[in-house]
Amino acid sequence: MTDLTSLTIAEARQGLANKSFTARELTDAHLAAMEAARVLNAYVLETPDRAREMAKQADDKIAKGEGGPLAGIPLGIKDLFATRDIRTTACSKILGNFIPPYESTVTSQLWRDGAVLLGKLNNDEFAMGSSNETSCFGPVTNPWRREGSNTTLVPGGSSGGSASAVAAQLCMGATATDTGGSIRQPAAFTATVGIKPTYGRCSRWGTVAFASSLDQAGPIARSVRDAAILMRSMAGHDPKDTTSVDVAVPDYETAIGKSVKGMKIGIPKEYRLDGMPAEIEKLWSEGAAWLKAAGAELVEVSLPHTKYALPAYYIVAPAEASSNLARYDGVRYGLREPAKNIIEMYENTRAEGFGDEVRRRVMIGTYVLSAGYYDAYYLRAQKVRTLIKKDFENCFAKGVHAILTPATPSAAFGIGEKGGDPVEMYLNDIFTVTVNMAGLPGIAVPSGKDAQGLPLGLQLIGRPFDEETLFSLGDVIEQAAGRFTAPRWW
Amino acid sequence: MSVDATTVRRIAHLARIAVSDAEVPHLQGELNAILAFVEQLSEVNVDGVEPMTSVTPMEMKKRADVVNDGEIADTIVGNAPDTVNHFFLVPKVVE
Repeated sequence: MTDLTSLTIAEARQGLANKSFTARELTDAHLAAMEAARVLNAYVLETPDRAREMAKQADDKIAKGEGGPLAGIPLGIKDLFATRDIRTTACSKILGNFIPPYESTVTSQLWRDGAVLLGKLNNDEFAMGSSNETSCFGPVTNPWRREGSNTTLVPGGSSGGSASAVAAQLCMGATATDTGGSIRQPAAFTATVGIKPTYGRCSRWGTVAFASSLDQAGPIARSVRDAAILMRSMAGHDPKDTTSVDVAVPDYETAIGKSVKGMKIGIPKEYRLDGMPAEIEKLWSEGAAWLKAAGAELVEVSLPHTKYALPAYYIVAPAEASSNLARYDGVRYGLREPAKNIIEMYENTRAEGFGDEVRRRVMIGTYVLSAGYYDAYYLRAQKVRTLIKKDFENCFAKGVHAILTPATPSAAFGIGEKGGDPVEMYLNDIFTVTVNMAGLPGIAVPSGKDAQGLPLGLQLIGRPFDEETLFSLGDVIEQAAGRFTAPRWW
Repeated sequence: MSVDATTVRRIAHLARIAVSDAEVPHLQGELNAILAFVEQLSEVNVDGVEPMTSVTPMEMKKRADVVNDGEIADTIVGNAPDTVNHFFLVPKVVE
């Protein structure tokens, strides 16, 4: 029974159907693993009672032949998703002990399909970060370490708890969100699979907002197939989100194993950065060779505005954040700091409740939206965003099915290693942020290791609402590269 | 463009975040580093380019103008730091 946590979702589904084990046993195994791995700080709230109750319900349904597509599958939920009657904080002090009286659409669909909630997962405060170091609950530890070293590494961010928990087998899969790379970068740092679907594919309702025009939910899992299984349950039109798109959700799993013969794969020359580590370069060529061997055709493409995506992002995202985070004022929920008048109450509450990175971004956003600066910063950034999207459209118009790039410019780094300069941390998202700016789907798939034994990932960028092609191509990479499991030291 | 100490205090006040005098120089440095980074956008030719308003070409959905919720005052104020009789309490605003 000790091996139940190492199964994929697809394997567990089979085992439950065969009655090799019960949902309760599967959940108990994960609860034990979660408890034994508290040193990783992946979970900010464990919900064992709820988990056992949900597992029992799943067992009852399975016995009656009424189990849903995720019946009995234990999952972790990023603490950005509102969970009814269960504390939800976005890992910010300002939400304090907030208990949502409602459930996010994405998580409600997971429970509808029979999944089991193990607990809430750590993340960067309000999803602002690339290392999970800005969480008010403290940093998350990556289960991966450099060979022969005990240095504690970050799991990436902002979905660091999700990536760490999935990689360390503390849940079978996890929800995550991605505004500039927050699903794909941590997936690459932990040898897990993460997909950010097309903007509008998953409802944002009930997910704590960071930058509304960029935020999108998606899964982190241990295989491409598992990510496809989770995506199907998470996606779908929601009348409660005006940006949720009313298109049918395909059975993504059928894309696994599909031939990619004849597909045109773009290799964008602008992603070949000066001073890019040789091992990233090598990984990228290897990935291209695997796709070629599977029958795909490689073509060089140009995305000329790539280098402007990150600076444009650091105007658009903080601007939207400053507006979204105006709601945290100490009046209706969360933290309140006393003061003699209402303005000071707002100011003290927000000074006490927001961490440094959130404060920085809210202030940048406030500045770029302020009178006299709006045109020079915000409006210009939105125009650059149009050009970035046009680059991709031109590329897809030439018959390109998907674009292959590295997922990150490096492997995981140490906790506290990139603390000084905020811009240095922002550069982590250089390969992922373009995808959010253009609203496209992107998947990160583990593809190899660096010289120190740390995982590296490749990213595939797809056409709008064509996640299926990404699953097919991702599966080819997974078949060639294999899957990677962090050696257990905790 | 870069910000001076007075501007940092003004932004903080607009954002309703209390900032102590001791924090200003540090914040000023960080904000200026970010502003210097985004400065490279000025080299892009954006003449005649429409600003993006939506990544997906779609019409704004509108829901029917009907009451579909209500009678949940207890729930609404349930997480509030200070309330009385279903009202949110705040420090005195009008003398």
